[in-house]
Amino acid sequence: MRAGELKADERAAIELRALYQSYGYAPYKVGRFEEYDLYMRNRAFLPDERILAFSDTDGKLMALKPDVTLSIVKNAREEDGPVKVSYAEHVYRAPRGGGGFREIMQAGVEFLGDVDAYAMGEMLMLAARSLQTISENYQLDVSDMGVVSGVLAGEDIPDEARAELLALIRAKNAHGLCEACRRMGVSEEGARLLRALVTEFGPIGEALPRIERIGLPQACDGALADLRALAALTQVYGLSPRVCLDFSVVNDMGYYTGLIMNGFVEGAPSCVLSGGRYDPLLRRMGRNAQGIGFAVYLDQIERLAGRRTGFDVDVLITCDGDTDPLLLARTAEGLVKGGQSVRVQRGEPGGLIYRRRIHMEGAAGDGEGRA
Amino acid sequence: MSGRLLNIALPKGRLGERAYALLARAGYPCPAVLEDNRRLTFENEEAGVRYFWVKPADVAVYVEHGATDLGIAGKDILLEHRPDVYELLDLRMGRCRMCVAGPADFIDRPERTLRVATKFPNIARDYYGARGRDIELITLGGSIELAPIVGLSDVIVDIVETGATLRENGLAPLREIAPISARLIANKASFKFCGEAVQELARRVERAVEENEGA
Repeated sequence: MRAGELKADERAAIELRALYQSYGYAPYKVGRFEEYDLYMRNRAFLPDERILAFSDTDGKLMALKPDVTLSIVKNAREEDGPVKVSYAEHVYRAPRGGGGFREIMQAGVEFLGDVDAYAMGEMLMLAARSLQTISENYQLDVSDMGVVSGVLAGEDIPDEARAELLALIRAKNAHGLCEACRRMGVSEEGARLLRALVTEFGPIGEALPRIERIGLPQACDGALADLRALAALTQVYGLSPRVCLDFSVVNDMGYYTGLIMNGFVEGAPSCVLSGGRYDPLLRRMGRNAQGIGFAVYLDQIERLAGRRTGFDVDVLITCDGDTDPLLLARTAEGLVKGGQSVRVQRGEPGGLIYRRRIHMEGAAGDGEGRA
Repeated sequence: MSGRLLNIALPKGRLGERAYALLARAGYPCPAVLEDNRRLTFENEEAGVRYFWVKPADVAVYVEHGATDLGIAGKDILLEHRPDVYELLDLRMGRCRMCVAGPADFIDRPERTLRVATKFPNIARDYYGARGRDIELITLGGSIELAPIVGLSDVIVDIVETGATLRENGLAPLREIAPISARLIANKASFKFCGEAVQELARRVERAVEENEGA
């Protein structure tokens, strides 16, 4: 297949691999199956808890992979040092709204090691450039879980209440947040700060100074310092103003700390990229390291290509039962060697778009194709 | 994408008509919306909006999938289906309550599995799950009040507006689960790429809601 004829998701997978390799992220290949238990132990890390499971020949319960990060973390060996890998793999998930499981192409990168300011900035840059590969009109929303958890740290509320507050923050539901804070006994100051985190957003260089002025508690200082470093790095990488600070990007606190990201491209109705820093996952899996990464959901970009405008094939050769197969073979070979694509068949298929048509009945005859 | 019309899903019915009136007062009129015909889409280029009439339960689906940028959906639908959308405003109309209801003298015996009939299985499951209560869920499409009367369930989880239907059937609200009203919701990607227009609409509608409350 010629490069120009690649589907949008196939083209993106190739370009993303080249992007990740250019920053030293080695291609990583994982199998399609993994022990079911791995996902059961880390259910909250997955975007959806439904898993396609089956029994292996020895009776062991297996799963078709719903996620790649867990396998990379599980297989990483500490003695090998820092891990920088990229992948493009199929995962198996049940989309929201039903309709059964689907095979979804996902590309991404993972870094396991000491996640310092450079590592975070590089990951943010790769995420932004991944989106740019898909569309020039993109937006990367970033947040730091340390800010929201720093505000909540001062409030004496149970875990279920925290989960409810996170859901309201995720929905930018300022009115619901005020009501929930009153009901849960969150302090007036805590409620004010949470509301400000929901309503203040924008390009990181502009929104971060505004956020720093709202009077966040000391528990947020580390997260704010990380965000300041990231804001400076977005300038170096030339990513402003497409990287936006948005604290409604939140994730499970049991697995994520620090930077988290959601990416959008114009034309796709939902987020096409998500990721962040997942140190708690590594600790849960007994690894003495930090981790950060993201995934791009290539199934989301399949529809971005719009209406089909090119040709399916250069030359359509139609024939009947009497046409000499040797003549057909010679004609097709000549055309392919001449750089054209050829489709040979009896009758004309519906819906096929071709540049030229040749009809052959025993001896070659020429006809006009349609475009 | 900025400069294009904002697509807004309205729920068919009385609530949708009231929500449209609010949007019109906020500066987004399209009188053709109220014409009695079979058209499903209406647009006013000058106001920058295109309206769609859709089934109330489907509004959140249209918005989540980006078929429309915005929509007016009941909080009951949002609680039940948990769409991944932004909930920008409480329009403070179509107010009612999501309740557990049953015979007024009903006593819940924890040693028995509670049979719960509802059109909202996720809301019922969440409510009782958070309380560690073992329930048997009976999902119905309508006439939920009939279930405890004929012994199909012990209680129901349903929307209660005035409570008249419950009273007429010898039932009463037993517990409130959540207050319900109409909400303005937005597709997350639209919020990024038509951000100014979406936020301006939300601001204007918020002002119209406050004027409504003050009137």
